[in-house]
Amino acid sequence: MKKLVMIGNGMAGVRAIEEILKVAPDKYTITIFGQEPYPNYNRIKLSNILQGDTNFEDIIINPLEWYQENQIQLYTGETVVKIDREAKHVISDQGREVDYDELIIATGSNSFILPIPGADKIGVTGFRDIKDCEMMIKSSKQYKKAVVIGGGLLGLEAARGLLNLGMKVDVVHLMPHLMERQLDPIASSLLKGELESQGMNFLMEKETVEILGDEHVTGLRFKDGSEVETDLVVMAIGIKANTAVAKDSGIYVNRGIVVNDFMETSEPHIYAVGECAEHREIVYGLVAPLYEQGKVLANRIAGIVGEAYEGSVTGTQLKVAGVDLFSAGEIFEDGTTKSIMIYNEYDGVYKRVLTRNDLIVGIVLYGDTTDSTRLYRLLTKKEDISGVAIFQTACSGESSSDDIASMPDDELVCGCNGVTKGAIVEAIQAQGLTTLDQVSHCTNAGRSCGRCKPMVSNILAHTLGDQFDATAAQKTSICGCTTVSREELVAEIKVKGLTSVKEVMNVLDWNNEEGCTKCRPAINYYLGMIYMDEYKDDRDSRLVNEKMHANIQKDGTYSVVPRMYGGVTTAADLKKIAEIAEKYAVPLVKLTGGQRIGLFGVKKEDLPSMWEELDMPSGYAYGKTLRTVKTCVGAQFCRYGTQDSMALGIELEKKFERLDTPHKVKMGVSACPRNCSEAGIKDIGFVGIDGGWEIYVAGNGGVDLRPGDLLCTVKTQEEVMEMTGAYLQYYRETANYLERTSKWVERVGLEHVKEVLANEQTRKDLNERMDLTLKKYIEPWNEAIQNEEIQDKYYAKHTITSGSESK
Amino acid sequence: MIETITRIPVAHYANLKERAGYSIKIDDKEIALFKLSSGEVYALENRSPHPKGGVLSEGLVSGRFVYCPVYDWKISLVDGMVQAPDEGQVRTYSVERKEDILFIVL
Ligand code: SRM
Ligand SMILES: Cc1cc2nc3c(=O)[nH]c(=O)nc-3n(C[C@H](O)[C@H](O)[C@H](O)COP(=O)(O)OP(=O)(O)OC[C@H]3O[C@@H](n4cnc5c(N)ncnc54)[C@H](O)[C@@H]3O)c2cc1C
Ligand code: SF4
Ligand code: FES
Repeated sequence: MKKLVMIGNGMAGVRAIEEILKVAPDKYTITIFGQEPYPNYNRIKLSNILQGDTNFEDIIINPLEWYQENQIQLYTGETVVKIDREAKHVISDQGREVDYDELIIATGSNSFILPIPGADKIGVTGFRDIKDCEMMIKSSKQYKKAVVIGGGLLGLEAARGLLNLGMKVDVVHLMPHLMERQLDPIASSLLKGELESQGMNFLMEKETVEILGDEHVTGLRFKDGSEVETDLVVMAIGIKANTAVAKDSGIYVNRGIVVNDFMETSEPHIYAVGECAEHREIVYGLVAPLYEQGKVLANRIAGIVGEAYEGSVTGTQLKVAGVDLFSAGEIFEDGTTKSIMIYNEYDGVYKRVLTRNDLIVGIVLYGDTTDSTRLYRLLTKKEDISGVAIFQTACSGESSSDDIASMPDDELVCGCNGVTKGAIVEAIQAQGLTTLDQVSHCTNAGRSCGRCKPMVSNILAHTLGDQFDATAAQKTSICGCTTVSREELVAEIKVKGLTSVKEVMNVLDWNNEEGCTKCRPAINYYLGMIYMDEYKDDRDSRLVNEKMHANIQKDGTYSVVPRMYGGVTTAADLKKIAEIAEKYAVPLVKLTGGQRIGLFGVKKEDLPSMWEELDMPSGYAYGKTLRTVKTCVGAQFCRYGTQDSMALGIELEKKFERLDTPHKVKMGVSACPRNCSEAGIKDIGFVGIDGGWEIYVAGNGGVDLRPGDLLCTVKTQEEVMEMTGAYLQYYRETANYLERTSKWVERVGLEHVKEVLANEQTRKDLNERMDLTLKKYIEPWNEAIQNEEIQDKYYAKHTITSGSESK
Repeated sequence: MIETITRIPVAHYANLKERAGYSIKIDDKEIALFKLSSGEVYALENRSPHPKGGVLSEGLVSGRFVYCPVYDWKISLVDGMVQAPDEGQVRTYSVERKEDILFIVL
């Protein structure tokens, strides 16, 4: 096999490799060098990371397993420093030499940093890679003020991100209008108004001449002499093709590495693709044209006579929440053009199409971009528009099924990846796809900026007709090991009668034989939920806390929190806890926020004997299960109490302890609406009233503080238990693993839950399944004390003195 | 040059349970020993390279990887490399087996 080497492990390059693998799977052994220490990730989504909508793991496009499966040798964190054209090999900064028959340069570009005094101070960054993002996120934790230089696409996305991170943000722009290369003055002023209302401050027509500060930046000075204070400067004025290796190795470089219509550089057997390449004097900075280049390049490298690359028209969109904006082609009138416009200042909608000789040559849409794909097709296909209604949709409204039906097959749906409606429909029909995730996987549509996803979803709905299940289609897979969603997983387990974690992964073709920390605990939970009393828990598929029945601390010690039902204890129990704390020299004895005592900093190997001496059940302070039931002192002592809150709390805690739930569940019981047990922010809260109990659900006192909603009011303690059992079981059966009740209720709707629980027979069935499940649990601390095998496997620490066998 | 190789007997192979991590203290070194579903055994320093540290022996084992129990980093048992997007490397020790006895080579 011939040797193919690629320099640069970014979006354009790796896509070109994907295309090569499609057309010439066995022709080359492939080696890729990437300067960044990551597999190929979706750079476009860095904006979303900064804005807090996603995390790094979710933006990986090609995980390391992909490289392995395709037998690609990947060197990450390694920079190619030289191409030796004579010897036909490349040399990396770590001294590695790799031979090539064909070489692709896909080195992308770098942020353009203004060459002004102070640009090298700490606190100045570009916006290009994960490192830059991390730097900004870190700054936001320490500092308050940021300045973004550049009011273009990148700058505005960065500014929005910094606002979300809690910083005060000024945007400095040299020109009188924002995004002046993509927008006309009207659209630009609408945009500015919207962003100002979101909290951005603009310093327009300002030229930065110096960055102030000692080591760390403290401010900026402008040409007019004015200054502004800041702790962070993000330069987003543009990008510069990264041509260093090519140039140093004698390849012809202008603004980018110059290539012909087949992506060939001035040197035989060396190609360039992506933002580092210059084609017909244009260097592209958006993925759609780069992906087209990748296809052409793949054909050439595979030795297939294919189409030439003749350049692209690009469309842009800003990824800022609350802003709908699309722009493509020419922006300004020039005497030969005529405009078609709609301007609804009231709703903030503005649309303008620029035409020349009955052809569309430019599009600007603000406030409603539903026409964008259709207009963009008319523009790129150069279709005659005489007699065509330009703006079909009213000012609002999503595309309906009718729009999809009338959409021609060759209409481009995903601009980034060049995927047409026809291609999507064909993939859905030929491969039996039912979810958005699957369509993205098979066609690439939606895999880059994500803007086309609503449209893809509409096409899916239209193509499947009655078989379309909207909620299922939106579901994403439970983790990177599979494409199966939660719903599919639960259904498959039932239909195929799968009974173990291993079997599930096997039968459902997990791409990672033994799963990961996301799917294994989830599968284990679903199996336990489905097979109620028959399932044997897979302890090694639980994460550390649940596996050890103790919460791990940062230094590898554990905490021990015994049950104290309803927060009620006795002097004898307190003495016992005190003695054991002393005997084992427990570093911290603390009242927890859950009305009980926690012993923190316990050595792993001391756990079983401490449990044995305590002789109390585990408080499960570590589990996805019922934690505590907080109570107030209530009618037994309090002058306002109307109900026996302690008794109900203890009954609830004794009944539901140890139950596996999708996420932890906390309860509170108060004996009057003064609510001293904070029942209003618990997963289930009970408030005593004269002659009964109010039951509140979906409260949360943690990350997303949420007051509970009143589920119902009941008269007796029996009714409380019945309703609680049914509610909890319904949560267990329908929530996603790791979805707390507050999120679950918001997703499925309180009214829906109320409706389900209104039916007496349903409540009865739910309670039966609950009771069956509750029967299977064994006290885990006691089990560990009794069972030597468990002790040896989980709690033993082996200490050995060396010097035994030397040579 | 003289090299000293020390082989320390640490466990009986048959006693080890699959997909479990064992913490073994040899003098001042703490080592985590893992037996995989395939039967292979690997040994690593029992400390995550995460800046805040933490043990590895209680992590979830999947194939030839262990997930650090405290910060969920994915770490190769074969070469100790931390998998992207995180970075770092854990020290590994070679394990030898004679009959039923496992030795760690220091
Ligand atoms: C011990 C305790 C703090 C204390 O010193 O009082 C505690 C300690 C921990 N909490 Fe908590 N939480 C404790 C009461 C709370 C409370 C207050 C309450 O329950 O009334 C809350 C807010 C109420 C709520 O959950 O709605 C609380 C909200 C959290 C959250 C955020 C949950 C959320 O959905 O937003 C986490 C993170 C998680 O579970 O994913 C968390 C996670 C943790 C973990 C388990 C983190 C971990 O995995 O290591 C901590 C274990 C510490 C350790 O070393 O053992 N802890 N935690 C409290 C134990 C109560 C008990 O006896 O069981
Ligand atoms: C914040 C942000 C938002 C964006 N939003 C959009 C958007 O909405 N829509 C859109 O279409 N585009 C968007 N883009 C642009 C898009 O990300 C780029 O066009 C695309 O990533 C270019 O791909 P590439 O492969 O040419 O370069 P890159 O993805 O930059 O990859 C090049 C890689 O090569 C590596 N490299 C460089 N030199 C060497 C060397 N000598 N040895 C080894 N490795 C080397 C680099 O480290 C880099 O990882 C955005 C970009 C950013 C930064
Ligand atoms: S909630 Fe009511 S009954 Fe309970 S302690 Fe407070 S005031 Fe008393
Ligand atoms: S249009 Fe960007 S991913 Fe489809």
